[in-house]
Amino acid sequence: MCGAPKQGGVLDGIDLSTQTVIQGSVWHDGAPVAGAYVRLLDSTDEFTAEVVTSPEGEFRFFAAPGPWKLRALAAVGKGERTLDAEVGLNETTVVVE
Amino acid sequence: MSRNDVLVTVDWVQENLGRPGLVLVEVDEDTTAYDGGHIEGAVKLDWKKDLQDPLRRDYLDKSAFEELLSSRGIGNDDTVVLYGGNNNWFAAYAYWYFKIYGHGDVKLMDGGRKKWELDGRPLSKDPVERPATQYRASEPDLSIRAFRDEVVASIGSKNIVDVRSPDEFSGKILAPAHLPQEQSQRAGHVPTAINIPWSKAANEDGTFKSDEELAKLYAEQGYDESKPTIAYCRIGERSSHTWFVLRELLGKTDVKNYDGSWVEYGSLVGVPIEK
Repeated sequence: MCGAPKQGGVLDGIDLSTQTVIQGSVWHDGAPVAGAYVRLLDSTDEFTAEVVTSPEGEFRFFAAPGPWKLRALAAVGKGERTLDAEVGLNETTVVVE
Repeated sequence: MSRNDVLVTVDWVQENLGRPGLVLVEVDEDTTAYDGGHIEGAVKLDWKKDLQDPLRRDYLDKSAFEELLSSRGIGNDDTVVLYGGNNNWFAAYAYWYFKIYGHGDVKLMDGGRKKWELDGRPLSKDPVERPATQYRASEPDLSIRAFRDEVVASIGSKNIVDVRSPDEFSGKILAPAHLPQEQSQRAGHVPTAINIPWSKAANEDGTFKSDEELAKLYAEQGYDESKPTIAYCRIGERSSHTWFVLRELLGKTDVKNYDGSWVEYGSLVGVPIEK
């Protein structure tokens, strides 16, 4: 019921005509970061969701259209990225330093 | 009851690994996390497969809970320390569950799996086998569990704390954003509920904020000390986190978790909804 789906990967079974998918990967020093904690914050900076990146450094959220902020926390550092999401697929990268 | 009775630090856990009478239990939403590495000696409880009735929407009955804990090698006198992913959401749910069935000594590891991982502490892939026990549970303590009729009857009279994110509270989204958005329920919240997201009670590393910060948070958000409280979220796990804060850390009495939560309430015919 609430099992977090596997992060990243193919989009089979996801209806991109209704879902607002925000996905991407976390990078540090030119390499993807596995096991980073990525938070999705709303326009008031309030926590909306958090996932752990896959072995390939990927994350995925199901949000709604509008402005969002991504904040990544890893053993190697932190990083942030803001974006304006639309219905469909929104891809981005978060760099941690 | 105070913080030291119900919370242990990651340092404490690391120093006490293998201590007789101490059982570490990892409770996750994503159960592959445990299989990829867990704290040495910890047993696993799968939030969905182990802790939910396989047929009805409910938690396990008393005998099934006894069977589960016996099979995991957990004894009535053991100190159980729960931890998990998602900032301890499901570990807090399990804590509430262990309290429902009257376990004597149960605690949460502050920060859960996230704090442990961010600190770079060791994880083990070794299988954990504990000898089976004869666990005996108490009759369920329903003074900490709310059902739908009580929630409807509490509108306007009790503290109803909606701990979901502001966008779920307002009806903009229907589930936490790491999950596909459901279409089945109505969006919105229980009328007169106050929105105090669970996340406001936690630091970024997953640990709980200090008692002073927590007391200030609820006071500022319109929590009425003189009234009984019902906390809810979507399926009852994030509200367990807040239930833990209010009852176990701040020592408030008459706090219930409504585990039916929005998945139930938002599907009921005829009940009032605010948006």
